[in-house]
Amino acid sequence: MKSRLGWAPYALLVPSLAFLVVFFATPMVQAFTLAFQDPDGAFSMASVERMLRDASFRNALVTTLALVVLVIPIQFALAMAMALIINARLRGQGMWLYIYALPLGISELAAGIVWVSIFTQTGWLNSILEGLGIIDRPITWQSAETPLLLIMCVVIAEAWRATSIIMIILVAGLQSIPREYLEAADVYGATTWQRIRRVVLPMLRPSLQVALILRTILAFQVFATVIAIAGSGLDVLAGEAQRWATDIDNDHVAAAYAGLILVLSLVSTVLFLVLLPTREEHQA
Amino acid sequence: MSDIRTTRWRLPAAAAAITLALAACTSPSASPGTSGPAGGEPADGEVVMISSQLAPTAEAELMSNEILADFEGEVEFIGAESGPFNDQINAQAETGEGDISLIGGLDGEFQAFAANDVLTDLSDVAEELADLGINQDYLDLGKVGTDQQLYIPWMQATYIMVARTEALDYLPDGADVNDLTWEQLTEWGANIESETGERKLGFPAGEDGLLHRFFQGYAYPAFTGGVNTTFTSDAAVEMWGWMTDTWQYVNPQSTTYGFMQEPLQSGEVWVAWDHVARLIEALESDPEAFVAFPVPSGPEGKAFMPVVAGLGIPTGAPNVEGAKEVIKYLLSPETQATTLSAVSFFPVIGSELPGDLDPGLQAEADAVAAQTAADDALPALLPVGLGDQGGAYSQVFKDAFAQIVVEGQDPAEVLAGLLPNLQDIFEATGAACWAPDPPSDGPCEPQ
Repeated sequence: MKSRLGWAPYALLVPSLAFLVVFFATPMVQAFTLAFQDPDGAFSMASVERMLRDASFRNALVTTLALVVLVIPIQFALAMAMALIINARLRGQGMWLYIYALPLGISELAAGIVWVSIFTQTGWLNSILEGLGIIDRPITWQSAETPLLLIMCVVIAEAWRATSIIMIILVAGLQSIPREYLEAADVYGATTWQRIRRVVLPMLRPSLQVALILRTILAFQVFATVIAIAGSGLDVLAGEAQRWATDIDNDHVAAAYAGLILVLSLVSTVLFLVLLPTREEHQA
Repeated sequence: MSDIRTTRWRLPAAAAAITLALAACTSPSASPGTSGPAGGEPADGEVVMISSQLAPTAEAELMSNEILADFEGEVEFIGAESGPFNDQINAQAETGEGDISLIGGLDGEFQAFAANDVLTDLSDVAEELADLGINQDYLDLGKVGTDQQLYIPWMQATYIMVARTEALDYLPDGADVNDLTWEQLTEWGANIESETGERKLGFPAGEDGLLHRFFQGYAYPAFTGGVNTTFTSDAAVEMWGWMTDTWQYVNPQSTTYGFMQEPLQSGEVWVAWDHVARLIEALESDPEAFVAFPVPSGPEGKAFMPVVAGLGIPTGAPNVEGAKEVIKYLLSPETQATTLSAVSFFPVIGSELPGDLDPGLQAEADAVAAQTAADDALPALLPVGLGDQGGAYSQVFKDAFAQIVVEGQDPAEVLAGLLPNLQDIFEATGAACWAPDPPSDGPCEPQ
């Protein structure tokens, strides 16, 4: 069987490999090179040091990590609930899927702007609260003076915007669980919670792993939503990379920031691979 | 709508006033630039124009769809942030390959291009346009210290104050809105806060706001009489103290504001400082609801920043003749009038423009004229000769603001900490001091 395939599988792999090399590996190497070069091209730690003593560095790192830690659990809880609702095959399940997937079609910046119209002082949220008589004067949600409130706004917007991608992965995972397992659980009289805990979640592990890795990497890159909602009030790593690249016009420091994001993404990916091994990886 | 107002065009007065101010403070020239050989592509091809001005999407669209609409020929307008803007132009000059035939930029940006020897002589275009009465001081600026016309003045602007009329009830006793001091502005904000319970002053401190220009051209010169040579001075510490003090009456959402016309229109902010082009929508939407007025004065005078944008042709431009046609088109009275009404950049030509002036624009023109003609007027130039370090320069002021005002750190310590960043920039570029800092022999030395 193997010998008959010959080189065909490798030939078929070449296009995607070439794509990865040209559009991923090469820029990655270039970015790292830039980060460790001075403007004349010699090896130098100056850009990395400049990044470390950048006024916004600490804030950007802390905010980015805080967003990852806050957003991802919320998104997974929501996505899990949404996926289970869809998988429960309620009446109009197609409609639920469409509604939940809607934010997928909206760009990050557009989503941010939509949420600005909700959170701004004269926005929807304050108007509703005032209309209901809960507050008599607008609350300032988006102020750098109340960073926790500001981060909460971003977390809500991010949860709304990027939960559906996780949901799609989880729905696919749920639908690949053979019905026999759930039926067997029913036969033994398992409650709904026991079925989720003992059957669904373990069977869903590969999907969860993929979704976690994907979502965490994207969370480290969070940018447009933060710019739209917090303006200069919150710094994030990707925002700093952008600022150094376009406003300050220093590609070396920008590359240092980008490199840091890459390292954080790699570390988190490895962590998820180690902490959440799938069955195949167990056996291997 | 179409009746001709006889009192229109107090604008030339405003323009002339800015000019006088600028003439008084024209900076020493950068190194002379010479023109290189120009490409010889046919003139009827498309002209690619890159511009650091009118770069925000809304303005870029107006540029493409309104200002350039009547041009007989094709122009592709690309608005760019300062980083990509400098990169593309310098890369094209280095390699001799590229699409860009026309550059729209600020005086300071052209100074850097001239120093890099990237610009073509446009003396012939200037001669052809002599009838338009382009402001002579600006034309001189466009020579960048050489005997060649390296850029043609294009349009001008500045920054002013706008308030909602209901805010006027809270002016401090005896204060004249057309002749305020910065201390009175604070008092005004305090009055509003104590009466309404809301913080209604506003500054564009958001990601795409121009707050750094407020410090470079308004607060620093007004309080210290300089910018770079007084960066860490006692007067500067006092200025930051004033800013921190004032901030308690500034809408805390200001760190999200890019263009002040939006919060002014929504009523989130009652009194704001910003670029004329970023205030005009409020004034145009309801001229009765808003007043435009000159910026307040500080101990050293009524500092303000005139902005002059120009048009230049880079060496190696693929379509020189086409680009020259675009320049002539953009300088024509009709197009200057369209530019004014579309993006509220004021004309640089002396000839009378056709059509009426919108009341909102008239209000801005009056405020600009009053500001420039003030007895204690103190014009402060945009950074000159910083080239691709312009962004890093502005970042110093953004960092100072974030650390002192937002995070509440000690001004003297923060300024001392940021001084090396400022010194690095002048060391790297060799840029001389610009007004109102006293002229320097060699690179400016911030202190």
